[in-house]
Amino acid sequence: MKKALGTCAFYLLVATIVFVSVFPFYYAIISSLKPSSQLFNVDYFPELWHWGNYVSVFREQRFGANILNSLLVSLSVVVVSLLLSVTASYALGRIRFRGRNTILVTILAVSMFPQVVVLSGMFELIRLLGLYNNMLGLTLSYLIFTLPFTVWVLTTFIRGLPKELEEAAIMDGAGPWTIITRVLMPLMWPVLVTTGLLAFVAAWNEFLFALTFTLTNEQRTVPVAIALITGGSAHELPWGNIMAASVIVTIPIVLLVLFFQRRIVSGLTAGAVKG
Amino acid sequence: MVTTTAKSPIADIRSSEKQENPSSRSSALTRDRVRSAWLFLAPMLVVLALIAGWPLARTIWFGFTDANLADLSGAQFIGFANYLSVDAGHWSGLLTDPDWWRAVWNTACFAVVSVSLEVVLGTIVALVLNAQFPGRAWVRAAVLIPWAIPTIVSAKMWSWMLNDQFGILNHALMALGVIDHPLAWTADPDLSMMAVVMVDVWKTTPFMALLILAGLQMLPSDCYEAAKVDGIHPVRVFFRVTLPLVRPAIMVAVLFRVLDALRVFDLIYVLTSNSKDTMSMSIYARQQLLDFQEVGYGSAASTLLFLVVAFCTVLYIVAGRVRFDDEH
Repeated sequence: MKKALGTCAFYLLVATIVFVSVFPFYYAIISSLKPSSQLFNVDYFPELWHWGNYVSVFREQRFGANILNSLLVSLSVVVVSLLLSVTASYALGRIRFRGRNTILVTILAVSMFPQVVVLSGMFELIRLLGLYNNMLGLTLSYLIFTLPFTVWVLTTFIRGLPKELEEAAIMDGAGPWTIITRVLMPLMWPVLVTTGLLAFVAAWNEFLFALTFTLTNEQRTVPVAIALITGGSAHELPWGNIMAASVIVTIPIVLLVLFFQRRIVSGLTAGAVKG
Repeated sequence: MVTTTAKSPIADIRSSEKQENPSSRSSALTRDRVRSAWLFLAPMLVVLALIAGWPLARTIWFGFTDANLADLSGAQFIGFANYLSVDAGHWSGLLTDPDWWRAVWNTACFAVVSVSLEVVLGTIVALVLNAQFPGRAWVRAAVLIPWAIPTIVSAKMWSWMLNDQFGILNHALMALGVIDHPLAWTADPDLSMMAVVMVDVWKTTPFMALLILAGLQMLPSDCYEAAKVDGIHPVRVFFRVTLPLVRPAIMVAVLFRVLDALRVFDLIYVLTSNSKDTMSMSIYARQQLLDFQEVGYGSAASTLLFLVVAFCTVLYIVAGRVRFDDEH
């Protein structure tokens, strides 16, 4: 009897956890499928499938351009960060030299300090380079949080690889460059995918820099566009459009995360960085 | 991870090659490898210096000037006046601004309350996910969803659910008889901080749970079997065995979460905009920098935030004896 009660309580807890986790997104989906006249009646189940909000997000808000911006910025940030960090992490993970620990601590410190701390300096730099209201400016500034992360995780990974592989290559007279491209790269694909994905998500979600360094809607990334969607008047937010836009940008990310969940969990614990 | 005792591969090679060519060849090899290490690091270090080192130095410098957004190059050095200055018996500057102290207090409250709740709830979720039951993989996938949703989207979703007139939360609570009139969750000064904390806890507990779960799964099972044989109550086992063993994992997770909470910007900005009741240090600094164009003053606020974060990190690492190296 007592055991049955315990089992019941356990499943009740599981049900609560699942409900709390899933319900807000579920509610966003059913809200996005309502015409604006129906939006202000609270419903727990979808009554009718109305796609008008999805159409108007692309027609009125030019959301397509925002998605393209976000994709371009996030992809280029990921590619640049991975390119720079593969060689760097080999040096940090495998080669002993003076100053290595200082570099590692500096990288960790950079990944920890608040973005707003560099805001005015970064603003000046971006204007100096003529990149204000430009996607390249965002790509450059995003490296400040993706680069320390990718370097850190890849360094940890390379350190965990068996040294024998590399020793054999050195015995055969391979230089460091050959070791990276021929020996390590084939082993690193899984971790590159995971770190790349996490860096992509971080860049895709970034808000402060995107809000500060862009001016016109055509140059905005998705989070800024969603945050700044406004209706006909200040008091009347088009919640249907906002929810539709939210669902559009969230579904791919949720699917990616669920698809790669095992990898992501191990990537997060290796880097122990923020999500 | 920061320190390593990993033996250099060179050392092994050196010992195996001793007979044929004493030390000269291996030291040349070492020198070669060190040179290529710096070569490999150079691009990354240059980029970091350009986008992190330089802007940080400029921000600190702007903090000592009267820089204005419209004309950054015309900035004049004014010493500590942005922080504190006295003019004919009248004190002014950041340290005398009640709004700044309000932002500091808000940020501290937010960090302490949300991270504490996340640790407790994250531990519960991690314990549930660590148990064996049918459908566990699905529950874990469901728990990951809030973490996967972009912060801006979750802020917007929740501000819709918390809407004072049409929000589902008011609707549900009134149907259940918990409240008798709709509450203005994001506008009411007494409730808005609670709303912000609630959304943050919802969004970030999965991250905490996953990190703690990873710690739980590395625990040796023999302690538990011994405790089971001795018939010790599970709650006692949790506090005496599990908690001390996962403590290092929790400590590192808490450090990262606290640092994250201290710089909170987007969630509060979207949920309650520039309201003074929930304004964080980041929002205060950005408002000064961009909305009021006071780059000097805003940079001073940013610099103080930087010092606060640095201070908290050092304090926490020293006091909590957090170790980043995973070698035991």
